[in-house]
Amino acid sequence: MYDGGKIIAGLIVFLGIVGFPFWYNAGSAGYKTPELKLPPKSKATECIEATEWMRAEHMQLLNTWRDSVVREGNLEYTTASGSHVEMSLQKSCMDCHDSKKDFCDKCHTAAAVEPYCWDCHIAPKEEK
Amino acid sequence: MNALYSLFAVFALVVIALVGAGAAGMEQLFGLYIPWLAIAVFLVGFVAKVIGWAKSPVPFRIPTTAGQMKSHDWIRHDKYDNPATAGQTFVRMALEVLLFRSLFRNLTAQRFGSAQDGVDVKIRYASAKWLWLFALIFHYSFLVVFIRHWRLFLDPVPSALLALEYADTFLQIGAPALYMSGAALALGVSLLLLRRFVVPQVRYISQPADYFPLFLILGVALSGILMRYWAKTDIMAVKEVTMALFSLNPAVHIEGIGVVFFVHVFLVSCLIAYLPFSKLMHMGGVFLSPTRNLPNDSRARYHRNPWNDPNVKAHSYAAYEDEFREKMIEAGLPVEKTLEEAAKTEAQ
Ligand code: HEC
Ligand code: HEC
Ligand code: HEC
Repeated sequence: MYDGGKIIAGLIVFLGIVGFPFWYNAGSAGYKTPELKLPPKSKATECIEATEWMRAEHMQLLNTWRDSVVREGNLEYTTASGSHVEMSLQKSCMDCHDSKKDFCDKCHTAAAVEPYCWDCHIAPKEEK
Repeated sequence: MNALYSLFAVFALVVIALVGAGAAGMEQLFGLYIPWLAIAVFLVGFVAKVIGWAKSPVPFRIPTTAGQMKSHDWIRHDKYDNPATAGQTFVRMALEVLLFRSLFRNLTAQRFGSAQDGVDVKIRYASAKWLWLFALIFHYSFLVVFIRHWRLFLDPVPSALLALEYADTFLQIGAPALYMSGAALALGVSLLLLRRFVVPQVRYISQPADYFPLFLILGVALSGILMRYWAKTDIMAVKEVTMALFSLNPAVHIEGIGVVFFVHVFLVSCLIAYLPFSKLMHMGGVFLSPTRNLPNDSRARYHRNPWNDPNVKAHSYAAYEDEFREKMIEAGLPVEKTLEEAAKTEAQ
């Protein structure tokens, strides 16, 4: 090999970078989605829409709620099953999901999203 | 035609994933084993390619350059285009790798004048920066998209990735917030494709090997965009799969993930497995290009040809002619000295 030292060094740096997720995770115990604190059974047993759907679509739902309240003055959401909910982040979602820290943030920290909603909206008081 | 074949090849890959992971339910295969295989092919293929290059001797300095070589003190030396030292070569390489300096020089040929005006048609060359611009948009957005994906590969997510995420969604458009890098990637790759369609000279030399990677990357980008904004899927379930992938844990239970995810991952697997065998290998090749990575010091330093056998003595043209002059004249070949002139020098 010609210039072998430099080329091998370059390759090692390259493998170090592209393989980073492997090195970072090596030896760590299997990853699991964090446990969420769900609303107590006495309060509610299901979300406003199907749980699977909520997991994937809740941000979209909140976005349409926001537009429809703020731009169209529409305050009521009709769920797929026909019941009515007030379209409100603080008064609906956070009424059932009364802990941002143990619910929303659990997923969001793992997925590295930080919704900026809380710059303005007020999260429920966390019990210590 | 070349473009159509490539497009169909990418469609075929999408169909394979749709049928395999969707209809036939082979989620484990498409979510874990194919990506692992692709990563292994990529790493081994990449290293083998680079080692293969490293074995090719480059005995002489062959930089291609458009700058003034180091010469007399009163001639301005173009240090970073025609480097004379290792340090200057480093700067030249950095400019090439980070800013695509050679594309900045891209020229376009234009015709001007016309027979109707009674002027001869002439050709002139003008600067064409758009290739450079498209390439910059494309490569940098691809880099950001690539690194940003590590939020799904690492746990806990390092804070640098959060900062990147914040910057990328800075415009706060919609929810899930628009990633600027994703839009820029789709734009960049489309512009590079359009270039091959629109510019006749470029279209003429475009092969399936040029179109296929572009369509494949476009497919990867569009499936990713589709998955984030439209055909959404449960990201937490996805993270369980990607974490299993990067901690080599095949025991994960895959459930509740939309088929777009498998299409996306299959296209990415094809892309990375294909990379070491394709033009995309310029990723490593740019560092090993002797036309870029060598200082131009052929006239300042003596470079010995490593193949020179010390037993083979130099044989100058003058000596060669002395040896074969008569035969050359007989064969009608031009000689520097006629027989008489040669006899005269010998007599002296
Ligand atoms: C009526 C009370 C109620 C309201 C209002 C409500 N939720 Fe829920 N939500 C629940 C319950 C109960 C569950 C757990 C369902 C289950 O276990 O299947 C849940 C589940 C979820 C999940 C899935 C969690 C998981 O298990 O992965 C998400 C995400 C979610 N809710 C978000 C929201 C958002 C966003 C809003 C506001 C738009 C909202 N919820 C409004 C009661 C509610
Ligand atoms: C710049 C401050 C600000 C930010 C950031 C913000 N909102 Fe709001 N939001 C408001 C204001 C002001 C209203 C109107 C309240 C009203 O009219 O009662 C509102 C109303 C809403 C409503 C309907 C009314 C209600 O009570 O909830 C929803 C839903 C909503 N926002 C969701 C969101 C979501 C989701 C985000 C993050 C993606 C977000 N907002 C970010 C200021 C903000
Ligand atoms: C089951 C896990 C989970 C739960 C619980 C959850 N989220 Fe999310 N949320 C996500 C994921 C994952 C994303 C990012 C999706 C992506 O990156 O494509 C997200 C994104 C969002 C976004 C868009 C952020 C952005 O800037 O792109 C908003 C707004 C949001 N969530 C609100 C909420 C609220 C409010 C709650 C609590 C009531 C909540 N979420 C609970 C998983 C969850």
